[in-house]
Amino acid sequence: MIVTLVQLVLLFGGLSLLAFGGGTAVLPDMQRAAVGLHHWLTGPEFLDFFAISRAAPGPGSLIVVLIGQKAAGLAGALVSFVAMFGPSCALTYVAARVWHRYSHAAWRVLVERALAPVAIGLTFASGLALIHGTEHGWVTYAVTAGATLAFAFTELNPVALLAGGAVVLLVAR
Amino acid sequence: MGNREPRRPSLASLFVGFVSIGMMSFGGGLTAWIRREVVQRRGWMDDQQFLSGYALSQLVPGATNVNLAVFIGAQLRGVPGAVSALLGLTALPVAIVLVLGAIYLHSRGLPGGALFSTALTGMGAVAIGLNLGTGIRLARLHIRRVVPALVTAVIAISIGVLGFPLLYVLVVMLPVSLALTWWEQN
Repeated sequence: MIVTLVQLVLLFGGLSLLAFGGGTAVLPDMQRAAVGLHHWLTGPEFLDFFAISRAAPGPGSLIVVLIGQKAAGLAGALVSFVAMFGPSCALTYVAARVWHRYSHAAWRVLVERALAPVAIGLTFASGLALIHGTEHGWVTYAVTAGATLAFAFTELNPVALLAGGAVVLLVAR
Repeated sequence: MGNREPRRPSLASLFVGFVSIGMMSFGGGLTAWIRREVVQRRGWMDDQQFLSGYALSQLVPGATNVNLAVFIGAQLRGVPGAVSALLGLTALPVAIVLVLGAIYLHSRGLPGGALFSTALTGMGAVAIGLNLGTGIRLARLHIRRVVPALVTAVIAISIGVLGFPLLYVLVVMLPVSLALTWWEQN
C-alpha cells in the first residue's frame, strides 16, 4: 500500500513537470506506466477512465485521481491529485512572478513562439497515442474522425458530441 | 502584481467563481468558460492580462486550465488566491469523477454494466477526437510557416505513432525549436 502510494507520487509528480502543452501531453507515458509497468489497470480501463474524466466537469487531467483510486483507494486518489497538480501549480506561481517582471523582454517573445509548435505537436501526439493504445474498430474510428472534424470546424457543444458518441456505440453494438 | 484590476475579489468570491467555472465546463471548453467568467462577467481582469496568463499557463508544464486558475488567483490575491482558485476549480469535479469511477468499477459484470462500458467507449472515441480537433484548431491559429509545422509533425509522429517517450523527445525538440525560432528571427 505504502509502496503503491510512493509509486503514484513519483509517477504523477514527474509527469506533472513534463506535461508541456497541457495534461494530455503526458497521457501516452501515463498509460505506459500505469498499465504496462505497474499493472494498476488494464488498457481498456485506462480508456474508460479517460472518457469518464473528459465527460465529467473539470480538467481532463483528473484521470489521475481515478488511476489513484483504482491503485490504492481514496488515499491513492488524494496522493495522485497532489502529486499531479502540486509541482506544476507551484511552478506556475513562480513563473507568474518572473513573467510579470520581464513582460517586455525579447527572450519572452522568442520562448513563446518556440513553444507553440511543440505544444501543438503534443496535442496531436496524445490523440494519436490513445488511438494506438486501444482496440479501435471501424465504428470507433468513424466516431473519432467525426468528433475531430466537428470539434475543429464547428461550434457544436463538446458535451453534445460526447453524448452523441455514446449513442452511436450503443446503437451499433 | 496587478494594481490595475477594476475589482479585486474576496477569497470567497474567487473560490465561488471558480466553482462555477469548474462545474459549467465539460470536455475541453474550460478556457472559454474561464475567460467568460473572469473577464466578461466578473471583470476581474482585462483581455490582455488574461491572454498573457493563458500563454504563460501553456509554457509552464501541467494542465493549462489549472495553471491558468492558479495564475489568475495569484494575480488577484497572491498565494491564498491561487489556492482558492485551484480548489474552487477542482474540488467538486474530483468528487464527481471519483463517484463516477466507483460506479464504473462496481457496475462491471452487472447487466447495466455492459451498456455503461459501451457508452464509455463511445465517449472515449469522441474524447480522442476532441484532442485531435483542438490540435487542428491551434495549428490553424498559430502555425503559419513550414519550420514550426515540421516541429509539430515530428513531435506528433515520434510520440503518437512511433511511441517514443515524451522526455527524450522534449530534450531534443525543445532546444531544436528554440534554435529554429531564433534562426528564423535573425
